[in-house]
Amino acid sequence: MRLWLGLALLGGLGLAAMAAPWVQALLGTDPATPDLFHRFAGPTLAHPLGTDELGRDILLRLLFGARVSLAVGLAVALGATLVGTLIGLTAARAGGWRDALLMRLADTLLALPALPLLVVLAAVDTGRFGLPRGDALADILRIATILVAFGWVGVARLARAAALAELSRDYIAAARIAGATEARVMLRHVLPNIVGPLAVATALAVAGAILAESTLSFLGLGIQPPAPSWGNMLSSAQEMVFAAPLAALWPGLAILLAVAGCTLLADGLRRR
Amino acid sequence: MLLLICGRLGQILLTLALLSALCWGAMGLMPGDPIDLALTSDPLLSAADQVRLRALHGLDRPLSERYLAWAGALLAGDAGFSRLYAVRAAAVLWPAVGSTLVLLGWALALSAGLGVLLGVWGARQAAAGRAVDALAILAQSMPGFWVGILLIILFAVGLGWLPAGGTPDAPGLLDSARFLVLPVATLALGNIAGYARHALAAMQGELAAPYIRTARMKGLAEGRIAWGHAFPNAALPLLTLAALDAGSLVSGALVTETLFARPGMGKLIYDSIMGNDYNLALLALLLAGLVTMLATLAADVAQRLLDPRLAG
Repeated sequence: MRLWLGLALLGGLGLAAMAAPWVQALLGTDPATPDLFHRFAGPTLAHPLGTDELGRDILLRLLFGARVSLAVGLAVALGATLVGTLIGLTAARAGGWRDALLMRLADTLLALPALPLLVVLAAVDTGRFGLPRGDALADILRIATILVAFGWVGVARLARAAALAELSRDYIAAARIAGATEARVMLRHVLPNIVGPLAVATALAVAGAILAESTLSFLGLGIQPPAPSWGNMLSSAQEMVFAAPLAALWPGLAILLAVAGCTLLADGLRRR
Repeated sequence: MLLLICGRLGQILLTLALLSALCWGAMGLMPGDPIDLALTSDPLLSAADQVRLRALHGLDRPLSERYLAWAGALLAGDAGFSRLYAVRAAAVLWPAVGSTLVLLGWALALSAGLGVLLGVWGARQAAAGRAVDALAILAQSMPGFWVGILLIILFAVGLGWLPAGGTPDAPGLLDSARFLVLPVATLALGNIAGYARHALAAMQGELAAPYIRTARMKGLAEGRIAWGHAFPNAALPLLTLAALDAGSLVSGALVTETLFARPGMGKLIYDSIMGNDYNLALLALLLAGLVTMLATLAADVAQRLLDPRLAG
């Protein structure tokens, strides 16, 4: 039940994000062009959710913002799962001081206040490494990289615990006796058996990533305007609470649905 | 036990050293330095002045050398001056810490209290449990700053009962309280959900244990069973989870204080990073890190003292 509800929410948002160009063609406007004669317009046929402080269509910005927010979520899911699984499996396999070191590192990252550190990292000028700065894709990659640096922890802890449980089973001993190399044991035998816990951790990492991206964008450090993201839409809506209180409703609702979708998915997967 | 505490304290110091080096490096990579900022505000500064000023403040030295000089001074008890406020960094920090402690204290008390009540209630009645769980997932999925914006729209813009942010002009207890309500509510709402879900899971586990059936068989009242027998056992893991949340509370304070323009630690960290105020930013970051790690350590120690299975 939770699983299907979560999948339906995420699927619906994904479809909406993909449909953005068609909606744009249908409405005949685009999300970037200001129209200062129609600021803060109420819902009309031309602007189903009204317009923002620059007269841009809120529905279109919401849909294109979904592409950005979901892209960050997906990128973090990929990165955090890859890094976390690798570290978790390494720790479980190596044991001893290497295991202790990696897990202390994970514990420390969990204990530290994440957002202040994210703010520090997000304020770094990536232009100094010769990376492009300013366009939306570069922003997405920058934010995703920073979030992976914190997001791997949950995946690694779950991967390690699950891998340790599998490593003590008889079939692992059988595989080793049959002459399988350690890499084959970990990747061919252990990995397929811990996919369940990994999927749960990944879904939770996506939820955390979407929340963190929106918070960073809200603070002005994430996706830079004029590219729309749910977080930076809320940032400008906050300054306009007196003029257009409704503009603050939709982006937050979208974040709520996306994060709740991921959480329900994780819960549903865990209960299976 | 003493060995454990000493080892962990050493670990905390090591982490803080690494953290300060990392943050120092990151700040060196941020766009602009204090001289650039001075330049934009004073067009009369020439290029020669710029070079002279950089040399005067040591900004022409390599990053690693500046870090070592800063770390040495900090160990000697000198945290340097704040660039934004033009006073000693510590003098800016302490009032902000006080403001944040008031905010966090109320938010923590409110969310932990209500969260535990909701969790215990949910564990005792199946229907209530499902409702608490669903509401908690919903509340945890809302970004904290959005909750704050919604509260501002409702109570400050719509009803006009409470101020939308800032601090009172005259220090008075009633006025301070009015300015505190919305930030505390914003911070507490997200945290109640976490505590409620943890308390619900812990209490459901305890209430399914055989000793609860024994308590029922000897005719104890349900309230007595839940609060007298099950809750003390469920409370221990909750303590650890609450300590782990210390970091997220500081994160929440950053967002809440920025949103409501409250002069606290969180806003100070944000403002000082944005304003190239390295001394202040690092001092505040290190303090925040130290406090959260000490909270985790304290919870571990308390757990060992309170749980006879771990104490032995």
